[in-house]
Amino acid sequence: MSRILEADDVRRALTRIAHEIVEREDQSDVVLVGIADRGDHLALRLAGEIRGIVGRDVPVGALDITFYRDDIGLSAEAPEVHETRIPFDVSGRTVVLVDDVLFTGRTVRAAMDALTDLGRPSRIRLAVLVDRGHRELPIRADFVGKNVPTRRGDDVRVMVTELDGEDGAVVSEAEPATAGRGGAA
Amino acid sequence: MREHLLSMHDLSAEDVLRILDTAESFREVGTRVIKKVPALRGRTVVNLFYENSTRTRISFEVAAKRLSADVINFASGASSVSKGESLKDTALTLQAMGADAIVIRHASSGSPHQLTRWVRGHVLNAGDGTHEHPTQALLDLYTMRERLGRLEGLRVAVVGDVLHSRVARSLSFGLVKMGADVTLVGPATLIPPDAPAWGVEVSHDVDAVLPKLDVCYLLRVQTERQRLEYFPSVREYSRLFGLNRARVTLLPEGSLIMHPGPMNRGVEIDSDVADLPQSVIEDQVTNGIAVRMALLYLLLGGRSAAGEEGEGRG
Amino acid sequence: MGSELLFRGARIVDPASERDAIGDVRVRDGAIAEVDDRLDAGPAEVFDCDGLVVAPGLVDLHTHLREPGAEHKETIETGTRAAAVGGYTAVAPMANTEPVADDASVIAEVVAAAGKARLADVFPAGAVTKGLEGESLAEIGEMVDAGVRIFSDDGRCVPTARTIRNALTYARAFDDVTIAEHCEDVSLSIGHQMHEGLTSASLGLAGQPGAAEHAIVYRDLEIARLTGGRLHLCHLSSARSVELVRQARSDGVRVTAEVTPHHLILTDEDLAGYDTNRKVNPPLRSAEDRAALRVGLADGTIDAIATDHAPHAVEEKDAEFDRAPFGTIGLETALAVVLTELVEPGMITLPRAIEAMSTTPARILGARAHGGPIEPGRPANLVVFDPAERWTVEAPFASRSRNSAFLGREVRGRVRYTVLHGELTVAEGKATR
Repeated sequence: MSRILEADDVRRALTRIAHEIVEREDQSDVVLVGIADRGDHLALRLAGEIRGIVGRDVPVGALDITFYRDDIGLSAEAPEVHETRIPFDVSGRTVVLVDDVLFTGRTVRAAMDALTDLGRPSRIRLAVLVDRGHRELPIRADFVGKNVPTRRGDDVRVMVTELDGEDGAVVSEAEPATAGRGGAA
Repeated sequence: MREHLLSMHDLSAEDVLRILDTAESFREVGTRVIKKVPALRGRTVVNLFYENSTRTRISFEVAAKRLSADVINFASGASSVSKGESLKDTALTLQAMGADAIVIRHASSGSPHQLTRWVRGHVLNAGDGTHEHPTQALLDLYTMRERLGRLEGLRVAVVGDVLHSRVARSLSFGLVKMGADVTLVGPATLIPPDAPAWGVEVSHDVDAVLPKLDVCYLLRVQTERQRLEYFPSVREYSRLFGLNRARVTLLPEGSLIMHPGPMNRGVEIDSDVADLPQSVIEDQVTNGIAVRMALLYLLLGGRSAAGEEGEGRG
Repeated sequence: MGSELLFRGARIVDPASERDAIGDVRVRDGAIAEVDDRLDAGPAEVFDCDGLVVAPGLVDLHTHLREPGAEHKETIETGTRAAAVGGYTAVAPMANTEPVADDASVIAEVVAAAGKARLADVFPAGAVTKGLEGESLAEIGEMVDAGVRIFSDDGRCVPTARTIRNALTYARAFDDVTIAEHCEDVSLSIGHQMHEGLTSASLGLAGQPGAAEHAIVYRDLEIARLTGGRLHLCHLSSARSVELVRQARSDGVRVTAEVTPHHLILTDEDLAGYDTNRKVNPPLRSAEDRAALRVGLADGTIDAIATDHAPHAVEEKDAEFDRAPFGTIGLETALAVVLTELVEPGMITLPRAIEAMSTTPARILGARAHGGPIEPGRPANLVVFDPAERWTVEAPFASRSRNSAFLGREVRGRVRYTVLHGELTVAEGKATR
């Protein structure tokens, strides 16, 4: 298992992404929606960074995409459910989806389906902390913390202080005969 | 979760918490404009209701549809099974239709168990005879937790005809599993003599029990003639055990009054009591859909017993 | 099949002659010819019985052959074949057929059908009351002339003390006639599905307390005491019933009692999966009841093991629990389950088991050709079995029905040969006809 991001790397990446969002998007209608559950915490941090830059609060919500996954029924147990908390209307807004790792793209696809059931955003952007490649769907991130080349069977994990006690990201090599994780990013 | 939900004994305490927590998320879905998620798209849920129960059947139907599942309703008008097909033949037909889940309500205790021998899909007990009604108990647990913040240590009385009540059984088993204190209250003829082995207390004096309660749960008391051999008259039952205005004052502040419905106003509960704010009877109905969605999701969201070899993938 | 058979080197267990020793048995022309430590083969067909047991053919005091009237469940042919496969050479079919066996004509029909099948001897029970209605006495004398020695309204309980008194008194005029009662106070068992207790409360099934049985056991024992009649109590299921019989017997009341294999082995907890094959009447009761039945069998309070073999068609049993009829088949599994669950663990000895399943029932029925002793000149009605052979109880059975309370159970003890009046009805575990 090797470390790909230290705590400082995470902090710097989030700061840089915040700046990029501020530069590229019209701040008046940006909202952040974190994909539960680590994306949720990252979105809150980003909102804090953005407030530091522009001096104003950005609306932040958390989106659980479990019910929109395309692999329900493939694992022994039903996938675990998290909380959705979006206390604002997404219609007409620039929604920046925030997630920890971008992998196959299926999680983001599910998130977009969920979002469009909640309203009609004027545009959707994607911010991720780590892009590890191996896309299975035509999806790309607009804001990336770090690009990390990985093997298909590797396991990439982001840690956030709120849940794991520290910030960082690690990659573990695949066991020779293991299939990939179900329902990954 | 296991393959079927036939009895509260099929669930561990962790399972119950998981169901209640999952139901939270489905409650949130119910507040959206589009109250539907694609989670069970392509699955078929059959409602096999041999007993008339519009309320429960619709609750299950809405739950399944909000999960984007296809719903087939098989509701038998009369409960007499000697008309028409045997349960086994009906089961085999449903099997051939490709039912992923069968929600069954039947007048014979044990029918859901028997159904599991004849079908490959998941079986959900929506009430079997006088045996159990686990989904009702779960939505009641949900309501209690939501209103009172906890289940452990709650003091609950279940009042009425326990002997013939499937709700009383499921609820007692569930509450004991979650660490609540349960007291069964009613005439001695209507409480099974072996009930204390369930981990509950038994009392025949409702006035002594009311002042120490967090929840007063009332059961419907049947007034058909066969039931009347268990107590002398409806009037006597009502006088000794009915929740009237006077008795309500004995309940502590903040305690809940619950009833699985439909109510026999004037027998186990007086009309004006049923409409008091501490009565959460309406909530019980709303929460029913969320809890049933959670159950369908948890049962069908895993690899199905009847399914093909779909391997977990990245 | 030759007319001379030699069973060599078997353990011969014959309570009637108090024999339990290794030896050889020669059968010739329908009778036992010789019994000794070692016999020459001569012209006989020799069966190597090393490790096997030879005993008098089993005798079932209580069975339901369903013919006439319910042939879709069982016929006299299929039922006696099931009996033979289970090691039985004689059975007593109960009278609750359609029409009821309440006069000599039905009795004659049953005996004739069994005679044609030649798979087991039948000693039909006659009804106590006409049509099993519980009111006026059936044609007891006429049936005694036709050879009947046991009368029972089984399926039903004689409703009043007055009627059972009349039956017991009337029967005293005849030699060796027994009145057998199915003890059940129906006012305590209305709507019952199983034993009333914690399990029935948890399963949501109406129950019948033990008192429904022992209230009638008490009644009938008092009436037997009053009349001096010969009473037999069918399928006891409750501890208190055993106590009452023990007390009455020590007071000199002329009572005998039977118990089924399923009541000796299963309890109400075995109904937790709503298996309708375990829905029986009287119901499977508590562990305490079962323990008392075992003690009663071991100490002789309970005289006999009887199967109460009760076939029902698949579509009847494969129904909702409260719609399924009561009963389990038992002829083909009785010996095996008794050996596995009672003899092997040492609760009763093998000779006691044979006594309860052959010697005593033959005596109660007056079936003189059965039950031993295995001695020269006696009719050759035998069972030869391997007490160690393992098998699993599963369909298909020789019985037409498959409602066994023991389905799926692994047991030890298999019948290899059954000999009926010197002819093999079962060879290598399979019926010969």
